[in-house]
Amino acid sequence: MTETAARGDDPRLVIEYAIDEKDFLMAGESASKTKKALQQLGLKPEVVKNTAIIVYEAAMNVVIHANHGRLKITIVPGEVFILTEDVGPGIPDIDLAMQEGYSTAPQEIREMGFGAGMGLPNIKHCSNDLKIKSEPGVGTTLEARIYLTQKEDVRRDER
Amino acid sequence: MTLRDVQDILEAKVLYGEQMLDREVKTGFACDLVSEMLAFATSGTLLITSLANPHVIHTAEVMDAVGVIFVGGKEVNSSMFKAITSSKIPVLATDHLLFKSCGLLFQHGIQGAKRGLPQ
Repeated sequence: MTETAARGDDPRLVIEYAIDEKDFLMAGESASKTKKALQQLGLKPEVVKNTAIIVYEAAMNVVIHANHGRLKITIVPGEVFILTEDVGPGIPDIDLAMQEGYSTAPQEIREMGFGAGMGLPNIKHCSNDLKIKSEPGVGTTLEARIYLTQKEDVRRDER
Repeated sequence: MTLRDVQDILEAKVLYGEQMLDREVKTGFACDLVSEMLAFATSGTLLITSLANPHVIHTAEVMDAVGVIFVGGKEVNSSMFKAITSSKIPVLATDHLLFKSCGLLFQHGIQGAKRGLPQ
């Protein structure tokens, strides 16, 4: 993990992780560390929780399905931005992948408690804006945004 | 009810967090699917599960669980213990199976957690 404490206004915090294939523990650990970092920034518990859920699910998707990739969390005034980029098989049908219950995860993943077809729907529910671009055989980019209210920003400015 | 009461009711052993057993427990959430935990669980609830792996601990942390109960006499391995100490969440283990654990807690006044997202 690399973490950059922001100077000035933009961005306030950048957290980056490399994601390796089958590094299953990385997803939970990065969610845990992101949560702690956002709590330190003084963000609302709901924003912190939703960000941690998005990070967990999005990183797990890369770990499970892709060859490798990266995860980047950026806090700028007004929003939390979560990005995953991977090199991998891509998603042939994004609408299908967004359906609750649809999963292509193998058995070993299901035994860990994942692969219930809830990941992308969870990410959508936790974000204000979600964009997924995927090219079969190349990879997938996921961009999730959580908007911070003006009050939230003011509260942080007063810290 | 506190986590200490939960420990008594389920005849559970404390794997981590002896000093946090005074935490108040009002609701419980029983689940063996990580994504369902992340999707449905509301903050401040007790997670009751037979799925014993590090993901459950990180998930409990993300969902702001008050504690975790492993049912069915699960053992904790070193990767789980690393997750537990990093997340600082109280973890208990009982030999009772899932249904009986939930039944006993419900009988003693623990309510089911409200369903969080998605609505």
